[in-house]
Amino acid sequence: MKEVIRLESIRRDFQVGTETVHALRGITFTICEGEFVTIMGSSGSGKSTLLNTLGCLDTPTSGEYYLDGVSVRTMDKNQRAALRNRKIGFVFQNYNLLPKTTAIENVELPLMYNPSCTSGERHERAVAALRAVGLGDRLLHKSNQMSGGQMQRVAIARALVNDPAVILADEATGNLDTRTSLEVLVLFQQLHAAGRTIIFVTHNPEIAQYSSRNITLRDGRVTGDLRNERILDAAEALAQLPKQED
Amino acid sequence: MNITNLFKIAVKALGNNKLRGFLTMLGIIIGVASVITMLAIGQGSKRSIQAEISEMGSNMIMIHPGGDMRGGVRLDADDMESLKLKDLEDIREKTRYVTCISPAVNSAGQAVYGANNTPTTVYGVNLDYLEIRRYRVSDGDTFSEQDIRTAAKVCLAGQTVVDELFPNGENPVGRVIRFGTIPFRIVGVLESKGYNSMGMDQDDLIIAPYTTVQKRILAITHLQEIVCSALSEAYTDQAIDEITEILRENHRLKETDDDDFSIRSQQELSSMLTSTTDMMTVLLAAVAGISLLVGGIGIMNIMYVSVTERTREIGLRMSIGAKGRDILAQFLIESILISVTGGLIGVLIGIGAAVVVNIVAAFPIYIQPWSVFLSFAVCTLTGVFFGWYPAQKAAMLDPIEAIRYE
Repeated sequence: MKEVIRLESIRRDFQVGTETVHALRGITFTICEGEFVTIMGSSGSGKSTLLNTLGCLDTPTSGEYYLDGVSVRTMDKNQRAALRNRKIGFVFQNYNLLPKTTAIENVELPLMYNPSCTSGERHERAVAALRAVGLGDRLLHKSNQMSGGQMQRVAIARALVNDPAVILADEATGNLDTRTSLEVLVLFQQLHAAGRTIIFVTHNPEIAQYSSRNITLRDGRVTGDLRNERILDAAEALAQLPKQED
Repeated sequence: MNITNLFKIAVKALGNNKLRGFLTMLGIIIGVASVITMLAIGQGSKRSIQAEISEMGSNMIMIHPGGDMRGGVRLDADDMESLKLKDLEDIREKTRYVTCISPAVNSAGQAVYGANNTPTTVYGVNLDYLEIRRYRVSDGDTFSEQDIRTAAKVCLAGQTVVDELFPNGENPVGRVIRFGTIPFRIVGVLESKGYNSMGMDQDDLIIAPYTTVQKRILAITHLQEIVCSALSEAYTDQAIDEITEILRENHRLKETDDDDFSIRSQQELSSMLTSTTDMMTVLLAAVAGISLLVGGIGIMNIMYVSVTERTREIGLRMSIGAKGRDILAQFLIESILISVTGGLIGVLIGIGAAVVVNIVAAFPIYIQPWSVFLSFAVCTLTGVFFGWYPAQKAAMLDPIEAIRYE
């Protein structure tokens, strides 16, 4: 299997006043293509810092990070911005869609920052991405006309549109109720089945049951890294939910 | 990211906040419109004064005898007899910058024709005078050199004099009027010039050969005044220097002596009058410029609010691959868009307001193309200048913090 992410003793220190806070204290793991990994940890475990590092938003104090074979540590801000644009798709807890903007425009956004992408190609790929998340009939709905689940699916389409090496989800179901959470998880499992690499950062242990691998963080160190042999099917769980009253 | 996309994004962002965008624009609109209107009014009055002065002959130079001391008594300049015909001849012969030159003697009195009479002034001059003062003969002809040599009793009448003496509209040419006790035959009527900017009626005069006025009315041999014109307005100073030199030599003045004559030029008058309106223009433009500045600060204010309000959006854009300069360009284009649109509307309103002032208040206006261009350029620069800091602030945001900003 091809390695997509390789972390080698990543450390990240923050200077808070006169004290140094060690958010990450030497993290090493690799993630291969096609894995669905959950990174779990309570608050303060360093999972946000790890996510920022994985997302090329932040650079480690020491250690090496290879994304798709490229070393990120020595890159400057602009290089990392370009790398994010090509290799990473973000899904956030609070969706972060542009207000008063249609679904299609939101999904086109990453391609806007890719000068090699023409406007026709942009539109085509955005439509394809929205179809892939089941919103083919809501292309022109504005972000304030959609439900939370729909907004998150637009956000996932936006993460998919640049065909990234890895999708980074940050508590992507945190703002959703059980049913819509499961719907979103179904979508993630479908993407996983289609061969996408997904990293899902969460503090909710239930999510871990639906992924193929669980990495547990505590105090800036990896305390567990288990392959999930019995992956639950989110679609099944969704079917078992009591019928919604209309 | 290419510029078209940035434009789309900026237009979109402005479209999301139409009222706010318009209110921000209003500052620029008012600023630009007032600059243009004020400059149009200032330039308009300057132009109308300049037109009046050049109608009087903007390159005109007037030489008067100066006051002098005789045995410790300062004498009235008008009583001096220092200007002679010889001075005039010398100026005509020796100068390079003087084109036309005329002696001038005048006498006030009553003009009479039949039962009608009017108080007026007779000016004794030569034919150059008409050229210098830009008088034209509308009816009949001028008197001749022969008339000057013989001190003939002929004259040209101004329109006001004609109106007073010939109220029934008869043709005055060929008629004989009386000025004081001297009969004058009218050989021509002067084209009307109307009032000048100081309220003097330029048609209330009679022009006669200077010899006639000198000998038959005033009984003098000196000249009360010499009037001449420089090659053009620009050569006035050189002409004055030449004249001064010749007169000082003719009058045998020593190095230490003051001039016994005074030279005034229309240019001085012109620059005096236009400097007043220039001052007004500068003041008006300064006030208007301040309102443009206030408008610019308005843009800055709104852009700061906008950056803060859209911190999450900025964070998102950065996390999906926007570089700092993309964000900078986006916000800069937004503020330029506000200022340029405001500027365009302001230009239209400014021109409209100037035209309204012209029509309603009958105030002379002149819209200078450069003032339109300038205020437009200034407001675009305002957009860049005041948009820069907020845009810079946006570009410097840390995506990690921005994306989680509440």
